[in-house]
Amino acid sequence: MTEPMVGVQDLTVSFGSTRVLHGVSFDVAPGRTVGVVGESGSGKSTLAKVLVGMVPVESGSVEVDTVDVRTLSRNQPSAFAYRRRVQMIPQDPFSSLSPRRTIGQTLAEALDPVRANVRVHRDRIASWLERVGLQADMMARYPHEFSGGQRQRVAIARGFILDPSFVIADEITSALDVSVQAQILEMIAEIKAEMGVTMMFISHNLAVVQRVSDEVIVLYAGEIVEHGPVSQIYADPQHWYTRRLLDADPGAPGFRLDL
Amino acid sequence: MVNLQTPPPPTARRIRFRSAPLLYVGLAMFGVLVLVAILAPIFLSDAASTMTGDPNSGPTAAHPMGTDGLGRDMLARTLVATRVTMLAAAATTVLAGVVGIGIGVGVWLSPRRVREFSLRIIEFLVSYPAMLIAIVVAAILGRGIVPAVLAIAVANTAGFARLTANLAAGLASREYVVTARLMGVPTGRIAVRHVLPNMAEPLLILISAAFAGALVELSGLSFIGLGAQSPAFDWGSLLNEGVRKIFTNPVLVVPPAVALVFASLASLFIGDGLAAASNPRSNVSRARLVRDPAIPAIVPAGDPLLVVDGLTVRHSQTGRALVSDVSFTVGRGEVVGIVGESGSGKSVTASVVSKLLAEGLSASVGTLTLAGTDLTTRVSGKDMARRVAMIYQDPGTALNPALTVGSQLSDVLVRVLGHPRRAARRNLIERFRQVLLTDPEGRMRQYPHQLSGGMKQRAMIASAMSTEAQLLVADEPTTALDVTVQREVLALVRRMNAEMGTSVLFISHDLGVVRALCDRVLVMKDGEIVERIDDVGRLTVDDVSHPYTKQLLAATPLIQVPPTTEIPRSVR
Repeated sequence: MTEPMVGVQDLTVSFGSTRVLHGVSFDVAPGRTVGVVGESGSGKSTLAKVLVGMVPVESGSVEVDTVDVRTLSRNQPSAFAYRRRVQMIPQDPFSSLSPRRTIGQTLAEALDPVRANVRVHRDRIASWLERVGLQADMMARYPHEFSGGQRQRVAIARGFILDPSFVIADEITSALDVSVQAQILEMIAEIKAEMGVTMMFISHNLAVVQRVSDEVIVLYAGEIVEHGPVSQIYADPQHWYTRRLLDADPGAPGFRLDL
Repeated sequence: MVNLQTPPPPTARRIRFRSAPLLYVGLAMFGVLVLVAILAPIFLSDAASTMTGDPNSGPTAAHPMGTDGLGRDMLARTLVATRVTMLAAAATTVLAGVVGIGIGVGVWLSPRRVREFSLRIIEFLVSYPAMLIAIVVAAILGRGIVPAVLAIAVANTAGFARLTANLAAGLASREYVVTARLMGVPTGRIAVRHVLPNMAEPLLILISAAFAGALVELSGLSFIGLGAQSPAFDWGSLLNEGVRKIFTNPVLVVPPAVALVFASLASLFIGDGLAAASNPRSNVSRARLVRDPAIPAIVPAGDPLLVVDGLTVRHSQTGRALVSDVSFTVGRGEVVGIVGESGSGKSVTASVVSKLLAEGLSASVGTLTLAGTDLTTRVSGKDMARRVAMIYQDPGTALNPALTVGSQLSDVLVRVLGHPRRAARRNLIERFRQVLLTDPEGRMRQYPHQLSGGMKQRAMIASAMSTEAQLLVADEPTTALDVTVQREVLALVRRMNAEMGTSVLFISHDLGVVRALCDRVLVMKDGEIVERIDDVGRLTVDDVSHPYTKQLLAATPLIQVPPTTEIPRSVR
């Protein structure tokens, strides 16, 4: 078996006296997409923050692309390289783009954090804008001229423009309309297939996770209660919480409106 | 789901110059001052310094504002002094602004301990009156215009530093700043690229206020003899001369006093105008709901609870239609869903029914009756509360964080419906029990932050039940909730409908939710009802007729269970 892209062993994270993640272990093979589902307080966003190095590991080991995230600390060359190989696409398309920077400037900053020169990277920015379904001449515009879905496309372009090896998408469609969500999910699937990138797709919506993921992790109160291929977990959930989640989705076979 | 209630982030606002007349007045007055400051010293210098043989003269044809003790024309002196005064005030503002903003950003960039310590010092300085600090600094630096400028700049620096540091702290948690950090952008560049540009508007407003302040403070220093020294003169020193002769030649104080008031007003107008223009809520007209006489009133068959006929809602300023010619009814005991995406007009439609149309919108309708009451007329709060209850998308903002849940939810029963307070509490506790809130008596005494989102929404439903309203308007009540909590809240709405016979108008973007809950569904797009589905069982891609409904259904992700399992496939 090849070396996993993401390897998490016995990860524990606490905020003060509250334990947010407890004994979390899983691997993600290169090129696979893992969906993470769970409700508020399950620790799914914290897991993402640990993987990008924003939240310190309390105990256990976390390796992404052969880099131990515990060794990341500010201003190290290895940390800088890591931040270019591992990307996170944030949830809210309204606050994730600086209102006073053009789309081109935002993408140029991803390519070159220090100089952020649009002219130098014009071709690459233009080709990525087209790839996410926007026009190249939109790079001179500001975020307020775009709809929520268009902004999220820009945020997605920013996540993929560096040709990263691992991308975390944290609830990226939960603020969007369903028809926009469908387009975005389709686009992500295309980009993923072309680039062969490994992804973690975090969502509270099980149907969305099913559309884009190969395997799924179910988090409950900071612990993994179930992890396996999507087809297996959705068809034959073993843990009571997974069953409860599946049955709570309106349109799921087990959905019922009685108390 | 991004809908109309979501305000844009404050930094995304653009100053709209058109909507602030005060700003124009201020800018025009300021323009006059700049012209005077440029021209007066060129043309009037001689008149201002020539000693005529006519000292201490009152108003005459030659000297309309009189002359000073050396016979110099007071009007000319005031006009000439405009340049010095304005330049000094501008220099003070620029100095205080540049240094203060620099310190503010520096404080934000520094490590936590340094930052906390510096913030306390800045707060300490801000709490002292600027004039007091200026007098102390001027006393140390000595007399003259330059020391006065420095003194007042020092006094005003803390204000800029505090505002900058506060704004920066707020911006630092924005996702674009966090993302830039994650991408490895150096902190200094983050400050210049992302933090400073996004605080331009509040800083601009502070600058104009600081300019007005500097003008007054500089004149104050000159007035008490610490500022401009003879032969130099500014408005403050002229005022000083005038006041000394106020009993013998009162006209002398008029020109510098008028000039000071004029200049202060100009910069305050600009500041107020900027503040008003950057606030999207200013200049918004009140909501209007009128009957459209062109549409005949109707009385539909079957005596439905709610009748909406020919509803059109427009943006008052632009005239753009948000809802056009929408008609529907809700029968007694019926659950009607309105589905649509952002901008479809579904929430606006719901807000008309509960008479809570947002400011800046105007609605006209042919017929709008609820339980026989014409809602286009004035309806008392009591009648309204008996007829409609609302639950919203975000129960967190629907509850006042400063009051206990019990006291605010029983308020409507006591104040509007006139129930005795004790009976209202008993009623509410009983309803809390019905919505399965644990420890109902204890919940009454809790504050909203002590309840989870699901509990708050249950409390809102309990409140809606307590008034025994005939119609429940639910605007995306489960969008902010987890799926398992969503299921419970939907079940409660269904129970309220079944047990109390409450009619429900349910607004949602989620076809799955609407299908599970509603009897009938209206599909809205761009302010119009594009399809009416009378049997939710037929809400499938094959059965609906409008292409938009088909598209929505196709886009709604559904959990697919592989056919190889034992779980029965049903209820699609």
